[in-house]
Amino acid sequence: MTDTIKAESAEALVGERLEQLLGGYDPSVEPQEFWGNQYDLGLAWVQFPEGFGGLGVSPKYQSVVQGALEKAGAPTWNRELNLLGIGMGAGVLAAHGTDAQKVKWLRPMFTTEDMWCQLFSEPGAGSDLANLSAKAVRDGDEWIVNGQKVWTTLAHIAKWGMIPVRTDPDVPKHAGITYFIVDMKAEGVEVRPLYQITGEAEFNEVFFTDVRVPDEYRIDEVGAGWRVSMTTLMNERVAIGSRALPRGGGSMEAAIKAWKDYGHADPAARDELVQLWAGWEALRLTTLRANQMRKAGTPGPEGSTGKLAWADLNKAITAFTVDLMGWDGTLYPGGYVLHRPTEFESEGSPQRNFLRARANSIEGGTSEIMKNIVGERVLGLPGEPRVDKDLPWKEVPRG
Amino acid sequence: MADQALDVDFALNEAQEMLRQTTRQFLADRVPLEAVRQLADTEAGFDEKLWQAGAELGWHSLAIPEEYGGAGYTFAELSIVLEELGRALFPGPFLSTVVMAADAILTAGTEDQKQAHLPAIARGERTVGVALFEGPRGANLDDISMAAEPSGDGWVLTGTKTNVVFGQAVDTILVAARTAGGLSLFLIPSGTPGVSHEAVPTLDPTTKQAQLTFTTVSVGPEALLGREGAAGPVIERILRLAAVGLSLDQVGGAQWCLETSVEHGKTRFQFGRAIGSFQSIKHRCADMLVEVEHARSAAYHAARVTGDEEELVIAAPLAKSVCSDAYEHVAGETIQILGGTGFSWEHSVHLYFKRAKSTALMFGDARYHRRLLADALGL
Ligand SMILES: Cc1cc2nc3c(=O)[nH]c(=O)nc-3n(C[C@H](O)[C@H](O)[C@H](O)COP(=O)(O)OP(=O)(O)OC[C@H]3O[C@@H](n4cnc5c(N)ncnc54)[C@H](O)[C@@H]3O)c2cc1C
Repeated sequence: MTDTIKAESAEALVGERLEQLLGGYDPSVEPQEFWGNQYDLGLAWVQFPEGFGGLGVSPKYQSVVQGALEKAGAPTWNRELNLLGIGMGAGVLAAHGTDAQKVKWLRPMFTTEDMWCQLFSEPGAGSDLANLSAKAVRDGDEWIVNGQKVWTTLAHIAKWGMIPVRTDPDVPKHAGITYFIVDMKAEGVEVRPLYQITGEAEFNEVFFTDVRVPDEYRIDEVGAGWRVSMTTLMNERVAIGSRALPRGGGSMEAAIKAWKDYGHADPAARDELVQLWAGWEALRLTTLRANQMRKAGTPGPEGSTGKLAWADLNKAITAFTVDLMGWDGTLYPGGYVLHRPTEFESEGSPQRNFLRARANSIEGGTSEIMKNIVGERVLGLPGEPRVDKDLPWKEVPRG
Repeated sequence: MADQALDVDFALNEAQEMLRQTTRQFLADRVPLEAVRQLADTEAGFDEKLWQAGAELGWHSLAIPEEYGGAGYTFAELSIVLEELGRALFPGPFLSTVVMAADAILTAGTEDQKQAHLPAIARGERTVGVALFEGPRGANLDDISMAAEPSGDGWVLTGTKTNVVFGQAVDTILVAARTAGGLSLFLIPSGTPGVSHEAVPTLDPTTKQAQLTFTTVSVGPEALLGREGAAGPVIERILRLAAVGLSLDQVGGAQWCLETSVEHGKTRFQFGRAIGSFQSIKHRCADMLVEVEHARSAAYHAARVTGDEEELVIAAPLAKSVCSDAYEHVAGETIQILGGTGFSWEHSVHLYFKRAKSTALMFGDARYHRRLLADALGL
């Protein structure tokens, strides 16, 4: 079969399934039920194999699916709602999971019945994730997990958590890690809110005390946790960096609104606004281009550039927007209310969005780390001398 | 004078050095960041007792002449306190009372008004809110349109003033209004019938604000500060002093951020090394030092030429633009260097970041001050 024929039949297949899903689309259907149908028809992740929410076709057809859903007014916000599951966990299961694990976790993840969280960062292991010290010790068919995680987004509503833990402290740090999916409602898991600059507690600290995890929840081999963690992060960076916004959308919309509402005319500020607009549009086009070229499978390090650029631009645009508001920018409508949101709060005042944007260059890997990745893994520049790489984990200096 | 202004003496004498030390010590003991956070949760937003204690240390009286109960020093001494208050995130109407109102009274007030208000300010027995502008773009005289009509031998004020810093807690208001003769300033007790305030939530929890509404507020002739219609230059001057005062606050805050970043760079280990050993962190800290030092020079220079109007029209917008940009940038970098901790509510760097943005936007942002500077330079 030539590629053209393959492409033609893939297109036909996607079209056929879309017709089944959307023909006579009934908007009164519950979103979770709709997402269940979408999954069963293989339109959740088209590149996944049939039976696991996919059709085994090129991932480029996913944008065809998304376009059709949006056009029909069908619900698509599950990807935002369960970003850590759908954007990251799914890719991990696809690359490293057994069929039984995929069957267990993918569907309820996609329908958002089961929310997911990412238990990577620890007080002593942020950028240096491989330095993590939460540990698991084998006990027959189970593992016993102890330790602390931090900055865990939405841990308070998650049913499942992705957790790399140390299973061998005597080997170099990357080699002694094993990756599990942990039940967040299990005994011994304690989730405490951590409030952030905006007063919201999107994230948490999570304590594990003798938590029992069945060996079936282990992802990939014992000691392969670093590889699985990398898959998670590559997916995360793409999930963050590849959101396709309309032209002038997202934070730029608020900037333009402020420009008009506050009656600005100063040519210097106008130039600044348009510089930001142009940067934002160049990013949008780059994202579009990257999404079209993306191959099936785990994204490579090139996925990091989008996140890097997005973080800088979003910070600059939201800060500029607040500036355009003059004295109004010194206010905080509604005040700071310490609370625990039950989903990502993406909407907010320009002032709130200005504060929230500060995380963009920290969450999902800091911009410094992104630059190291781009420099070393994309451009092939030599790495920094490493003092810790070959030492047994327990001998690495920690300040 | 101009040449002298270009070559100011930055050195601190022994008394000034002492003032810095005692101020910093007092703030460290009495107003640690935990106390600042607690005050941010109160309605007044500041503590009367601390206000008094500061006055007892002499902060309020520094730039007030001796004949009005002051210590008779200059803005250079006051600037030391302003910088330290910024470093400590001290909450209170210090800028509006001690920098802006005191100077307006001293420049424009009648002898009776000076006697009535300046000693009270010096003793810490008066808090003044400055009510100039009426909307988000408020930065210069064109942004004042509220009217005051003559009535008997006094005046009637009607209108709304926005963004009055600590307007919900002060006992006195310095309000600008237009009369037949032009721009005038009035000094009235906050409790005057017809004056109402509405507290508005602020980005910077250490700087409260209120909107004030004047509903046919009748005041006597003594409320008019100085001469009717002569307030234009007085307001322009206190706006310049506000710019200088805020710049000093920004330098103090930026210095705290720099120190916090450097400390973290030395003590936080990742990849088996202190993160300050990574060039991206080390170079950032070096850049921050340059920025903070430039900001300091601009602010200190401005604080030393407040008596020289010709130089102040350059020095004030220079300081406000340089220091606003520096503080906002340095505070943002500090969040970045602290990582997740920097984004948390628990660590205090967010309060600095918010004060940086807020002080940058108060009385015109850096872009506005660069325009003033261009005008002053005849460009
Ligand atoms: C809003 C938000 C949500 C988050 N959600 C999650 C989550 O759901 N799950 C999760 O596991 N984590 C989460 N995180 C944590 C995030 O991944 C970490 O904060 C991040 O990886 C940085 O780690 P750290 O905070 O320990 O900072 P550190 O690693 O201590 O870094 C401090 C500074 O040093 C720099 N640095 C470190 N190493 C290097 C180097 N080699 N070269 C140059 N500079 C370096 C960093 O860039 C940073 O500026 C979240 C964070 C935020 C802010």
